[in-house]
Amino acid sequence: MKRVYLDNSATTQTHEEVAKIMVEYMTEKYGNPSSIHSFGREAHKAIEEARAQVATLLGANPNEIFFTSGGTEADNLAIKGVALANRKKGNHIITTAIEHHAVLHSCEFLEKEGFVVTYLPVDENAMVSLEDVRKAITDQTILISVMYANNEVGTMQPIREIGQLAKEKGIYFHTDAVQAVGSYPVNVNDDHIDLLSLSGHKFNGPKGIGALYVRRGVRIGSIQKGGSQERGMRAGTENVPGIIGLGKASELAGAEMDEKIKKLTGLREKLIEGIIAKIPDVKLNGHRTARLPGNVNFSFLYVEGESLLLNLDLKGVAASSGSACTSGSLDPSHVLLAMGLTHEVAHGSLRLSLGRNNTEADADYCLEVLPGILERLRSMSPLYASYAASASNPCSQCQRHG
Amino acid sequence: MYTEKVMDHFTNPRNVGEISDANGVGEVGNAKCGDIMRIYLKVEDNIIKDVKFKTFGCGAAIATSSMVTEMVKGKTLEEALEISNQAVAEALGGLPPAKMHCSNLAADALHEAIKNYIENKGQ
Repeated sequence: MKRVYLDNSATTQTHEEVAKIMVEYMTEKYGNPSSIHSFGREAHKAIEEARAQVATLLGANPNEIFFTSGGTEADNLAIKGVALANRKKGNHIITTAIEHHAVLHSCEFLEKEGFVVTYLPVDENAMVSLEDVRKAITDQTILISVMYANNEVGTMQPIREIGQLAKEKGIYFHTDAVQAVGSYPVNVNDDHIDLLSLSGHKFNGPKGIGALYVRRGVRIGSIQKGGSQERGMRAGTENVPGIIGLGKASELAGAEMDEKIKKLTGLREKLIEGIIAKIPDVKLNGHRTARLPGNVNFSFLYVEGESLLLNLDLKGVAASSGSACTSGSLDPSHVLLAMGLTHEVAHGSLRLSLGRNNTEADADYCLEVLPGILERLRSMSPLYASYAASASNPCSQCQRHG
Repeated sequence: MYTEKVMDHFTNPRNVGEISDANGVGEVGNAKCGDIMRIYLKVEDNIIKDVKFKTFGCGAAIATSSMVTEMVKGKTLEEALEISNQAVAEALGGLPPAKMHCSNLAADALHEAIKNYIENKGQ
């Protein structure tokens, strides 16, 4: 059966060159970077080269890059590490309602430790307002954490403006850039970023490796205790193959960036326009233009996301949804709810996320199978029946369920 | 995560639709939770002659709706009232634990439809 992978925000295919070089660091150059013999020195040299590759992608210095097990650990380290090390300076943190759970749950942990956290709302496009950030700042604020781009709806936040504001106020600025790095040109200096989380497997690197960028001079403490690896910031023997893979993926992402953005944006627009043209009663979630190149997110009214995903999967299309049924909880996505979507509209959301391997044919195939699936599910839906019976002027903005 | 039987009822649901002259209709769930099931009954001489459903919900919600309609066709109302949500799930070869709570409501919808039929009849 034809298989089309449109879930690149969940994870991506590891680049062949990345996988190849990783094997070399498992089977041949397997030394521990802390060892003084030639095996160790070989591995040590390689991870320093990888550090430089990651730094180059972000416009940072290599000594500002700390390897972690992924985006989640980088977020935990950034938020807890900065908060706990700056307690004497203040106890207030500003973040947003649409962050990844790695950020939200780290903040909740800190609330239990006596910190005060402001969770900023977003508008209907999932955009944070710079003014809201400004108004939330108090003399106790020590950290602002706003994601670069949202993982569900793709909205890109006014990072540079928030970074500038944080800099003026002397407050540390962290951004979870897991979805942006490798898919969008991120520069820590242009954007006035003090701390940035990234994850390898979101841009064709391996799983289990990520990094935290920490601007020189930022006061931060370690969370994981043990040996002195990563200059004491992150104890534990380095994941050498992962680090080498992340370095390679960073190099490749930098080289392919312009081409990838152009291609993904083209496919994104094809999908967005195609869905709007072919399927009635849909709502595009997320900002129309300030959006990740590869993100498409729609709510299809009167249907539920999981049954949509299962039907797509039966046709070979892999996607994801913000429906409760797919999140393992009883509530649909906190991001969609924060944007003001009603529960039923949030339940009917579908995310299609594009990656470097996707083609025009993939988008065409998706557009070919989607209308039939929607028609079938809607014909079974009691919501659609009552809607069709009473509505004479179908709208596409879902005011009916607003 | 779903059994073959669930996927069979999900991909080829039985008895989808409405009955225009139904004499019992029951609905449970709400859109907020992500599941709504509506069951239509045509009852004659205490026997369920015809049954159809419409469901908004996940794979389990659709499969349980389909299964319950198969289970009750031709049954007496008393027999139908004995069918539980648990029995529907078992007939499907089981459901994932998370689905037992939120999406396993088809028997409830059936019972609501029977209640509605009895109320209609009484009037």
